[in-house]
Order: sequence, then structure tokens, then C-alpha cells
Amino acid sequence: MNLLSIAWKSVQQRRLASLLTALNVALGVTMMVLLLVISGAINGVFNQKSIAYHLIVGARGSDLQLVLSSVFRVEPPIANLPYMYLEDLRKNSQVDVAVPLAFGDFTKPEHGSFPIVGTTEAYFENEYTPDQKFQVVQQAETRRMTGVYDAVIGSYVASTNGWKAGDHFSIVHGSADSETTHDEQFTIVAVLRQTGTPNDRSVFLNLEAVYTLDGHQKPVAEVEERLRDFYGSDPERLQTALTQLGDVRARRAKGQEIGDPEMGYGLDTPDAMKEITAIYVRMKSDLSAFSLHSRLKGGSKAMAVNPIQPIKKLMDNILGNIQKILVVLTAMIIAVSGISIFVSIYNSMSDRKRDIGIMRALGARRSSVFSIVLAESTVLCLGGGLLGWLFGHIIAITCAPYVSARTGLLLDGWAVNPWEFVLFPVLLILGALVGFLPALTAYRTNVADALNS
Amino acid sequence: MSLVLEDVRKSYIEPDGNRLPVLGIERYELVQGEQAALVGSSGGGKTTLLNVISGILIPDTGQVIVAGKDIAPLPEPTRDRYRAMRIGFVFQTFNLLPAFTALENVLLGMSFSGRPVDKEFAVSLLERVGLQHRLNHLPQRMSVGEQQRVSVARSMANRPALLLADEPTANVDPANQDLILNLVKDTCKEHNVTLLMVTHALEVANTFNRIDKLSDFNHPDLANSEVSR
Repeated sequence: MNLLSIAWKSVQQRRLASLLTALNVALGVTMMVLLLVISGAINGVFNQKSIAYHLIVGARGSDLQLVLSSVFRVEPPIANLPYMYLEDLRKNSQVDVAVPLAFGDFTKPEHGSFPIVGTTEAYFENEYTPDQKFQVVQQAETRRMTGVYDAVIGSYVASTNGWKAGDHFSIVHGSADSETTHDEQFTIVAVLRQTGTPNDRSVFLNLEAVYTLDGHQKPVAEVEERLRDFYGSDPERLQTALTQLGDVRARRAKGQEIGDPEMGYGLDTPDAMKEITAIYVRMKSDLSAFSLHSRLKGGSKAMAVNPIQPIKKLMDNILGNIQKILVVLTAMIIAVSGISIFVSIYNSMSDRKRDIGIMRALGARRSSVFSIVLAESTVLCLGGGLLGWLFGHIIAITCAPYVSARTGLLLDGWAVNPWEFVLFPVLLILGALVGFLPALTAYRTNVADALNS
Repeated sequence: MSLVLEDVRKSYIEPDGNRLPVLGIERYELVQGEQAALVGSSGGGKTTLLNVISGILIPDTGQVIVAGKDIAPLPEPTRDRYRAMRIGFVFQTFNLLPAFTALENVLLGMSFSGRPVDKEFAVSLLERVGLQHRLNHLPQRMSVGEQQRVSVARSMANRPALLLADEPTANVDPANQDLILNLVKDTCKEHNVTLLMVTHALEVANTFNRIDKLSDFNHPDLANSEVSR
């Protein structure tokens, strides 16, 4: 029999106390593992994996707000850009892909108030995160978003509303709690496979459709003012825009004259009248992305942000600290469970004095009984830790589909966070620390006294 | 010689700081394979003597030679190892570890000797004491007689040169008394182990050819004149 098996016998002898103390450790470790799994999932969403574009271009304002509104769709957009700016951007030879996006409307409150994203086919043709392309789980006979009022929906939108390809829905204007419903009915032509990104919670419409909706077309004078402001330093582009606006103004006036309120509105809207909220830009190289980012910093009415940096800053400043606090709290739970092991073993020492005396009388050295008690606390710590580790991953694996369905967060219960490898050496040290004092008591046991006790 | 005590003095320091002499033995010896009963009054120092012989306590002065080696000057870890290898113990209260089965208690006796654990020998010892059907039973499931028989088997686990038995029949019912006594004596004889059995019971002592009264060779007052180690 080696010292470890003797220690294990002692653990078995105090079965209930050992089980409870080990469960205590297991609880702490379970929480730690879950925290790491959830943190991993959140980090996955909020880091470079969340988008496969170099830059987000939008109206000048807060970097963070632009990313939160255009990538995560959790903030209202800052302001709009002229659609013509998309054309300007595409003229840049270093721009590989530029995908326009228009936000602002939502599905009805009873349909979950999911954000509406007006975009083009290019959005689906390109990767949404590095090496990941959209996949369709359900598709109508028509190709997706070929019709003006065709819609593609994310997996969570579909599961929440029970929508499928071929179903129809309408949307509300302006904000999630708006009561202004657009008259147009949209037809779902495709349901996307779950991506674990905000796309799961989004409804995609044809960008052209967005311009036909009530309230989306501004008065010409208002548009002209914005264009003069935006293109103030580019008279040539401004002139092009003003020419188009003059045409719209004339058509709308004629429409009023002949009693046709639709004239000058609708699908034939010229580009100068259109606005977009953001542009996803993929450059031909990282260097050119850096160059465009710098160029837009000076003087332009638009700005380009790296989709990672503001979030990283947010993570570091706020979420990172919250995570650290949670890690500290969980570590404290583990430390408290370590103390409970100490109390349990230390309290048992008086009962075990005789056993220790017997072992010493049989020839066990002081160092042997010291090691036996130390091994016992270590076994409890590591055993509890292993149990907690398994519990944590089993819970994560079991709950992943539910969490994913409710939040869109893709929990990977099978993934092992590198910090988990640190957990077991820490538990080993904790076991040794909490076992030290009881082990010292065993070490100092007077054999003659113990045998007479 | 299996056991030689030479000029052994042992005293305790009392809480008030005074020295309480317990052992003062000029010479005591047992030859290899000899069996002796040691009788004496309560508080006469019998248990202290056994602890000194086994190396659990060290004498203030003198030599404690067990199987040819003076264990008194040895460092504690060496004494512990020597005790495990050369000295067997049978206690009055059996002192089996409650979480260990009969077989494990015997194996435990082997574990601290530094030699490889010999399971076959452990089983044969338990068979020898008639417990072949109780190998995997915990002490609490066994009668007191059976527990003491396990204790006897354990004491022989490391093939000791000397067996110290501290009133092994005191807590055993009369029916088992003779059985235990004979078992201890016969086992020692079979393995040529020197036996020193402390007992109060005259009927037990009288079964031995050699009966030593502690008061005949222990003169605690001698300890007063010695300087402690």
C-alpha cells in the first residue's frame, strides 16, 4: 500500500465529510469553467472573428457606436451617408468589396423587434467572419432577394417567430417600439443557418426596398442641404448630385400638378436621394486598410473604423473588468472551499490521533504521516476540481442549444480554455496549502500519547 | 541476543518541572526466540519500557540493543524504519485501523518497512490465525477475538526479530484468551521471534517458562542520578 492509497482510505472513512468538501470545490470549479466558456463565447463574438471586413465606414461620430450599430446592431445608427459615397469608395482601386447597409427599422414588437438591415446580395456572397460564408437552411424557389420585397432572415428570428421560407411579414418604422407600421409585406425567401453572430438576430431586406418605404424618402431640400454639407469640398460630385436632385424636384412638382403623388418617389429614385447607414469595406491589403483609415481621419465627413479596436477597448475597459471581478469572485469561492477542506481535515485530526499513533508505532515516519494528510487534502481538492471541471463542461454542452436559441451566443462546451490548464496546478497548490497545518499536526503527534488516547 | 537493555534510565519532566524517574535498569536481556512474561504493578513503567524498547521513546541514558543494534542513538527516521522491520507490536486494544480491511491492516504493517509488500505472505498470516474467510472484512464487522487475531497477524508481517505484546488478552473474552495467547506464542515459536509479553494476569504469566517482575530489575531511583540525554 502506498501513501496515496492510505490517504484515499482516510477519505473513504470520512465519506460524507469528504464528499461535501469535494462538492464544495466542485461547485467553485464548475462556476469557473462556465465563466471561462461564456467568456470565450463573448470574446469570440466581440473580437476579430465577428466580422470579415477591414473597415466600417459611416457618418462621423463615435467609433464604438458605429461598430455597435452596424456590426452588433444593438445601438441606433449615428447618422446616414449619401449613397453616392459608396460609389466614391468603390472607385478606390484598393477597395476589394464595399457592401452598403441601411438600418433603422425593426420587425413588429410581437415579432421580436429584430433589426432590419437593408443590403445587397454582396452581403451574402462574402464571408461574414473569416473563412465562414452564409449558408441557407431553408430557401424558397426564387433566388434570394431578387424581388424588391424579398427578405432573408437569421436563424434566431426564424425560430422565435416560427417563420419559414414563403412566409410574409411587415415591419415598423424608426425604432423598436414604434407604432408606425409600413404597409409593405415582405416575403421570406431564405432562412440562414445559425452563425453565432448578430446576423442570427437580423432581418435582411433588399436595399432598394428600403427606399420605397413610407418616411424613408426625404424632402429634396433636406437632402440637398446634407449633400452640400457632405460634398462641400468636392464641387464636381456636388454638381452631379444637385443635377439629380433637380430632376427629382421637377418630377415631384409635375406629380403634384397632375395629381400623381407617387411621381418622383419609388424605385426610380436617383442615387443622390438615397442614403445608407454604413459600408462594410474589405481592402485588397491590410496596408491599404490602414491607409484609408488614416485618410478618412482628416477632413472627410465620413469616417472609417476598425471593427475590432473600439470593441477591444470596450472589452478592456468595462467587460474585461467585469470578467476579472467574476474570476476573482469565483476564485474566492474556490478558496473558501479550500478552507472548508482545511476545517474538515483539521477537525478530524483529534479523532485520527490514534490512527496516526498506530501508523507511527508500525514504523511510519513523521514525514510519511505528514504526506498522507497532505495527499488527502490534495486528493479532495483535485477530485473536487475534476468533478467540477466535468460538471462545468457537461452543463455547458447541455445548455448550449438553449443559450444559443435564446441569445444567439454559440457556447462551445467542448472547447477547453487555456486557463483551465492553470486550474489544476492551482488546485494542487491549494490542496497542499490547506493540508499543511493538519499535516503538521500529524507530523508532531506524540506516538506514546496517541496510543494511550 | 535479541534484546539487551544496558544501563537504561528514563524519567519524565512533570508539569511543575520536577523529574519523575520511571526506568532505571542496569541490565535486562532476552535471547533470540526466548519468550518471557513481564509482570508489574500499574504505573510501574511497563508501557514506558515497551516504548523505549521499540524506539518510540528514547532513554535518557543507556543502550537499547534490538537484534544486535543499539537503537537509542539512532536518528528518529532510522529508528522508525528499524522498528517497522525488526519489531512487531500486539496492543491491548488491537489498534487496527478502522477504514482498512483485515488484509489491508496486515499490508499496512508491511508498507512502512521499505520492503516490497508481500500480499501472499499477508494472506498466509491471516490464514494462520484462522481468518482466511475474513480477509476483506472491516474491523467493525469482526469480533474482538478476531480483531486481536488480525493484530497478531499484522505484528508478524515484517518477520520481526522481537515481538512486544502489551496485555493482548486483557480485552478478549475468556473463550478467546487461550486462543490468542497460544496463537501469539506459537507464531513466535514458528518464526523464531523473541517474545516479551506484558500482562497483569497471573494465569497468563504462568503459561510462560520465564516470568520477569519489573520491580526486580527496574530501580527508577537510579534515574535521578543521571543526566538526561
